[in-house]
Amino acid sequence: MTHTPHRLDVQNIRLGYGSKIILDDLNFQIPHGARVAVVGPNGAGKSTLFKALVGLLPIQAGKILIHGEALGAHKDCVAYIPQREAVDWRFPVTVEDVVMMGRYGQSGWLSRPSKRDREIVAASLQKMEITNLASRSIGQLSGGQQQRVFLARAIAQEPHILLMDEPFTGVDVAMQEATLKLLDQLQDQEVTMLISTHDLNLAASRFDLILLLNHRLIAYGAPQQVFTKENLIQAFGRSLLVMENGLLLVDDCCASDAEHSRSAEAQ
Amino acid sequence: MNWLLEPLTYQFMQRGLLASVIVGVLCAVMGTYVVLRGMAFLGDAMAHAILPGVAVVYLFGGNLLLGAGVAAIAVALGIGFFSKQGDIKEDTAIGILFAAALALGIALISAMQTYAVDLSHILFGNVLSVSASDLWLIAGLSFLILLTVAIFYKQFLVASFDPALASTLRLPTELLRNLMLILLALTVVVSLQTVGVSLVAAMLVTPAATAYLLARRLLPMMLISAALGALSSVIGLYLSYYLNIVSGSAIVLTATFLFLLGFLWKRAKSL
Repeated sequence: MTHTPHRLDVQNIRLGYGSKIILDDLNFQIPHGARVAVVGPNGAGKSTLFKALVGLLPIQAGKILIHGEALGAHKDCVAYIPQREAVDWRFPVTVEDVVMMGRYGQSGWLSRPSKRDREIVAASLQKMEITNLASRSIGQLSGGQQQRVFLARAIAQEPHILLMDEPFTGVDVAMQEATLKLLDQLQDQEVTMLISTHDLNLAASRFDLILLLNHRLIAYGAPQQVFTKENLIQAFGRSLLVMENGLLLVDDCCASDAEHSRSAEAQ
Repeated sequence: MNWLLEPLTYQFMQRGLLASVIVGVLCAVMGTYVVLRGMAFLGDAMAHAILPGVAVVYLFGGNLLLGAGVAAIAVALGIGFFSKQGDIKEDTAIGILFAAALALGIALISAMQTYAVDLSHILFGNVLSVSASDLWLIAGLSFLILLTVAIFYKQFLVASFDPALASTLRLPTELLRNLMLILLALTVVVSLQTVGVSLVAAMLVTPAATAYLLARRLLPMMLISAALGALSSVIGLYLSYYLNIVSGSAIVLTATFLFLLGFLWKRAKSL
């Protein structure tokens, strides 16, 4: 499947819930195959942006174009990996059921999974090394295994654009490295990735581009251009601690995220 | 065996039993979505919301199921309308419309001569009044609802488990949501005669909650729930016949007893 131009194009969008505006006048372009870290304080609008990109939240103004076409014109282009807290882990589905859901976009409305769907699901499970968990209930999984299930589902979707909401929060180093390894593989397949994270070090060292948000676009570009003192002060304000030796500390960990609770209510 | 067969010598008991089992299965299957999507409050609200429709039919004549159906769908769409923009939370919208419809229904019924008797039949059901044509209508509507659930199994599964995925797969989430509300409304209407407005919510929630404790996948959960719904209806109706208690109550109490058994079994297993 080829599309030109290969990119995600966000044009002056405004997002919010009712009259409550979360993000305004957002404008950026992501080239095909880039790996972008979405960074900003809690409640800056990172999850809201993702919700708009997957079509969960209507855009109040502006346009989102994928491959030059309006959002919704493609059927199978975007994969979204939700925050683990956003998933109902007590839902009666097995690991295999969840990964198979990634294929529902490709298969017909009424048809049963095809042989190819089953092969792709098996391969995705294999890739995330969870084949042995296929018939396990999702409620019985550890945190790392849960993440792998949703990564496997994203692979099964064969996306052009992958969105991940805080995949590095609350996972161990091994899981973090496994996720990054997968991201490298997906980048080889030219999948464009937007990943929100609180880990500025990780963002600076392992991503091509940084999208710094705080209810609007503060800065967008290569890490060394974006992570300047001025930009960080604008984004994090009083949670930013400037040390005497010029070191910057961001005190933004683990606060209960007002934005998430608000958006959960809006669904 | 005679005590099993004796009630069935009456034709109204045969019809009542058939109607109860059909409704038991229907509520139990729809109930899996009610439980999984957290729509218990909505189901209860919708059941009470059909009261004005029923009252209008009682007052001015017409088809009972049609009147109830129109009222239920109007309220379902009303809830969607008020909560869609995010100005009002959904459960607030439900609370407002539910209370308003209930008040309107009671206002209309209170104008009737036989207020007390009619109201109790509407609230708690009167399974022995199911006529042959009622039974056909119940069976036909139930079949259509269950067929729709089967056809859209995949879509409802994704939309219930992960609305974000449903949205990225470009499933018509809004349409699926409204379809689910309409199916729920029709289920409530079909249940009106057997368990009544007040007890429908229990038939929607209780067997499905028991099945939720026992099953690991959606389809087995639906099947277990349906079996429990049918079983509750049969046992409940016999209890109602021999103990001379209201059928709706007997059915719901049986379902509750089965839930307690399931709950204790689950607890014992995990110890």
